Amino acid sequence: MAERTFRDGVRAMAPLVVAVLGFAISFGVLARAAGFGWLAPIVMSATTFAGSAQFAAVSVLGDGGTVAAAVAAALLLNLRYGPIGISVAPWLTGSAWSRFLHAQLVVDESWAIAAEGEGRFNRRVLFGAGLVLYVAWVAGTAVGAVLGQALGDPATLGLDAAFAALFLGLLVPLARDRLHVVAALLGAGIALALTPFTPAGVPIIAASAACLLGLRR
Amino acid sequence: MTDVWLVVAIVGVGTVVIKAAGPVLLGGRPLPPRLAGVIELLAPALFGALIAVQTFGDGRALAVDERILGVAVAGIAIWRKAPLIVVVVLAAAATGIARAVF
Repeated sequence: MAERTFRDGVRAMAPLVVAVLGFAISFGVLARAAGFGWLAPIVMSATTFAGSAQFAAVSVLGDGGTVAAAVAAALLLNLRYGPIGISVAPWLTGSAWSRFLHAQLVVDESWAIAAEGEGRFNRRVLFGAGLVLYVAWVAGTAVGAVLGQALGDPATLGLDAAFAALFLGLLVPLARDRLHVVAALLGAGIALALTPFTPAGVPIIAASAACLLGLRR
Repeated sequence: MTDVWLVVAIVGVGTVVIKAAGPVLLGGRPLPPRLAGVIELLAPALFGALIAVQTFGDGRALAVDERILGVAVAGIAIWRKAPLIVVVVLAAAATGIARAVF
């Protein structure tokens, strides 16, 4: 088999572009509804480039949580990019600057597409797939953030339920074994138990303690 | 600076640092497996919490309202393998319609 190239990365990503655009448009609309205005969601997509963390930050702040709680929720979700970055690190040859740029284009989807089995990764495929994702993510966010203005009251539209629906959509593919399901249920339980007693956002951060179940392996 | 921009700035910088840490600084040394196992469970734990609070949280109180209907519809849509945007739109529509009707 010939070695895969930048083009293969672009091509592998193409069928997912519509889904990414839809995800990005929902982010723009919901961020706008949560009081982020139109510019901040676009800047966030261009700099953070990690969907679930962006949704978490917007959802915590929109619920009246503090800056610290919103930041903590987002960065805890992004901690998984630590091990993911380490897994691709040996395959990112080139200058420190090039490795840095490639690292920024690593998200769940581009990482999966660049995988070549037995822990090997193709950096050209990663770059192609990551770049397509990045453009779709930022463009979709812009469309959503601008469209969001035309929409009416978020509660009337049921947009408050959209956040829960979206997080459920992100959780289901992760819940592949019993431990992951138990961690999700424990996280939900901790959050609900604390909601009446702590400021908004704190229950979410406290729920991250459920990840300590991972020590049992 | 407003809270929104503060969150955008700190999350942006923090994420760039986390993503760059492995490839730029560590250069390919593996994580201890126990630590990797803990980090792997962060996302499901946080998603579980976010779903619970977004469905039942009402300020500092818990409430069962029209949102549960939207989440149930989302669950069915996910089960039927609908794309995420369809899941989100259906959930919002179900909740919005339930609010308008009841």
